[in-house]
Amino acid sequence: MSLPAFADLLERLIFTPGRNAKLALLRRWFATQPDPDRGIGLAAIAGELSFTLAKPSIIRELAAGRTDPELLAMSHDYVGDLAETVALIWPEADPRPNRPPPDLSEVVETLELAAKADIPRIMADWLDVLDAGGRLALIKLVTGGLRVGVSARLARQALADWAKTPVEEIEEVWHGIPVPYRPLFDWLEGRAERPDPKDVPVFRPPMLAQPLETADIAALDHTAYRAEWKWDGVRVQVSAGPGGARLWSRTGEDYSAAFPEIMDSLDFHAVLDGELLVMREGEVAPFADLQQRLNRKVVGPKMLREYPAGLRLYDMLFDGTEDLRPLPFDTRRERLEAWFARVKPRAMDLSPQVAFVSLDQLSALRDGARAAGIEGLMLKRGDSPYVAGRPKGLWWKWKRVPLSVDAVLMYAQRGHGKRSSTYSDYTFGLWRQDENGGRELVPVGKAYSGYTDQELVWLDRWIRNHTTGRFGPVREVEKELVLEVVFDAAQLSGRHKSGVAMRFPRISRLRQDKPAAEADLLETLMAMVENRPEA
Amino acid sequence: MPPHPDTWLRVLPQGLFCEPGDFYIDPQAGVHRAVVSHGHSDHARPDQAAVLGTPETLAIMTARLGEGRAGRTQQPLTYGHSIEQNGVRITLVPAGHVLGSAQVVLEWQGSRVVVSGDYKRQPDPTCEPFQPVACDVFVTEATFALPVFQHPPAQAEMKRLLESVALFPERAHLVGCYALGKCQRLIAELRRAGYERPIYLHGAQASMCALYERFGIGLGALLPVPRPAKRGETVLAGEIVLAPPSAESNPWSRRLADPVTAVASGWMRVRQRAKARGVELPLVVSDHADWPDLLDTIEEVGAPEVWVTHGREDALIYALAQRGVRGRALHLLGREEDEVEADVAEAVQAEAAGA
Repeated sequence: MSLPAFADLLERLIFTPGRNAKLALLRRWFATQPDPDRGIGLAAIAGELSFTLAKPSIIRELAAGRTDPELLAMSHDYVGDLAETVALIWPEADPRPNRPPPDLSEVVETLELAAKADIPRIMADWLDVLDAGGRLALIKLVTGGLRVGVSARLARQALADWAKTPVEEIEEVWHGIPVPYRPLFDWLEGRAERPDPKDVPVFRPPMLAQPLETADIAALDHTAYRAEWKWDGVRVQVSAGPGGARLWSRTGEDYSAAFPEIMDSLDFHAVLDGELLVMREGEVAPFADLQQRLNRKVVGPKMLREYPAGLRLYDMLFDGTEDLRPLPFDTRRERLEAWFARVKPRAMDLSPQVAFVSLDQLSALRDGARAAGIEGLMLKRGDSPYVAGRPKGLWWKWKRVPLSVDAVLMYAQRGHGKRSSTYSDYTFGLWRQDENGGRELVPVGKAYSGYTDQELVWLDRWIRNHTTGRFGPVREVEKELVLEVVFDAAQLSGRHKSGVAMRFPRISRLRQDKPAAEADLLETLMAMVENRPEA
Repeated sequence: MPPHPDTWLRVLPQGLFCEPGDFYIDPQAGVHRAVVSHGHSDHARPDQAAVLGTPETLAIMTARLGEGRAGRTQQPLTYGHSIEQNGVRITLVPAGHVLGSAQVVLEWQGSRVVVSGDYKRQPDPTCEPFQPVACDVFVTEATFALPVFQHPPAQAEMKRLLESVALFPERAHLVGCYALGKCQRLIAELRRAGYERPIYLHGAQASMCALYERFGIGLGALLPVPRPAKRGETVLAGEIVLAPPSAESNPWSRRLADPVTAVASGWMRVRQRAKARGVELPLVVSDHADWPDLLDTIEEVGAPEVWVTHGREDALIYALAQRGVRGRALHLLGREEDEVEADVAEAVQAEAAGA
């Protein structure tokens, strides 16, 4: 009964908004499902299952053969999602054929062995014995894209919680074990030793930094620390060796396919830690440029030319098979520099260390650095080993003082989960000249954090009492309330009506004292854009 | 030869008009004479001069619209009985939609039209079951007229609700449902499923439940949702609360213990739709006919011609053509296609009126 059980899990995951509830549902799956089905379900959720022969077009043709094509088209138009349309419209035989629904393992094994021509018949036989939920689970399983709001990382976290094992230990072997992860479950249930991934590249959980608060600064012995710029890119890990090469995000998501120029350069044997950036002639491009690359699975030559990616290295975890993580940071840095000089990898450079003699000097450097690619500084203890997770006091991130504007609240939207009865997402705007010589507000950003609980209650009530229009879950409000919005950087953007995008905007203060007419102009925000091409 | 129904029934801006009888069926505005199929607000409009309907529908109209706005004169007609109006014979026959809902059967000079109003074929413990009547023209709704809409048995959905209540004893279950019909049906179905605890009601649901009980529909113990004893506390963990679908987005809902938000509606069949509304537990319970029931009903009444009032008329008319039945879209104005949205609109009005 495993496919119906999987269908039930998917159904619940889709409609459950909370992270903790999702973790609980996954833990129950691991605890109650037999092997190999629990591993297959895990792989499907983690996005590591793919069938090359079962394409959405097969599903569409199957449904067209069983239903009226016109009605199928009208239904698809209404429902929007093909998999769901077919699951709902599939005519049920009455009575249902007296065969049990397939196990997940049966689905996987059968499809792997099947000839392409047989797949439609096989799928139809399964669809005939399932209910609507089961049909949807089957179609989603074989065509990919479950979209149940669970990342691979969250799935591994649930696995760790269920097995009462640190998630880092699971991360380190995860990529070396094929679906359905039998050796992994054997280890987690105490039946076997921890699996050895050998040469297969595996993800090493990264060491993270804590934010440096004003209170921490006084206690800091600056001579024990080294400084680097904090780059506004994406933290990644590359792992290359005789068993292959991979590029991972900070959470172990596989970026390899999206960055071929980086993969091309991984002809060495090492594990490196660094920042993924779009770089043009050594100059870091705004984060929005990197987003262009992150959002796609495959990249064309135009993308590669216009948004060239590179890696700025700052740490070395393995040199060949030698694990450097127990060594002090200073030693690892020497090893990284020596390795870099020797190997000269393409599409990479070294993140320079910033020299300083006092924290005051460092603070001044930090505030003076307004280049688009810099978010602030990193402080790393020279004697710190490389420790997975966020250990206290070893690494600090010291973001520069945020920028701020006074903006006018324009629209509000209800949040999710606990905030579903509260207007907690705010779209705000700044003034600009309109064509008739008057002034208009143009939306510049959206924020859903930064306020206190009391401020949230106040804002919610204000919004309900000053609503001028409703668009589904969104309310338009009277343009009267000024919000002080802080953000890390302003960058040009062709995708925003205002032409500018803010990095990490959040509400820092409610300015009930300030008339909306005195809120800032769009020009003020524009002037904060860094590395702006000369007009 | 009897006259074709399109010679004596016309679509006017106010709604469907019976010319020889000089009355409208479910008119959208106040008219001099109206036959009302059932009490939902998109069928039973205020300020009619004279209203004909079942006793239940008239009582519902008075409760919802207020004394004086539910027809200057009300004429009750019980199921299965007929009256003549200017030579047009009017009979009300159960439609199975909500308490008192009726199909309006019209006969004139040997020609018979059935205006079915909204209807369903699934069993409903709170109202009389639909009775098919053979006719020359069948006037039907098409709310769920796409083959993707196939409503599961209500008891199966109640089982899912009760399983969720058992799974989350520390949370309240807030079920959004239409105040007239769906709410009482859910209560009755929960009782059938063996649920005997008190069921808690939002203020908007209570008066209609009381009316159902006056008509002999037993609903068991019903209680108003209490206020928390102290600020910041929540109530009704492990209990079921019925409220208008919009209540979840209202500050009112903050008094409930970490509510699981459920909505009971035929639209919940489409996951994308349920997800977009932020529903955590979609319950597919509908008071409208689903796709197979629409087609079966039309076959049962045997009408050679079907007029479609509102909904997905294109799909239904297409499917009827393949069965050799002539279909025609009436394009009636003012029908709420989405019962959930209709209820939101109603709740907003109620909020504005200080209810």
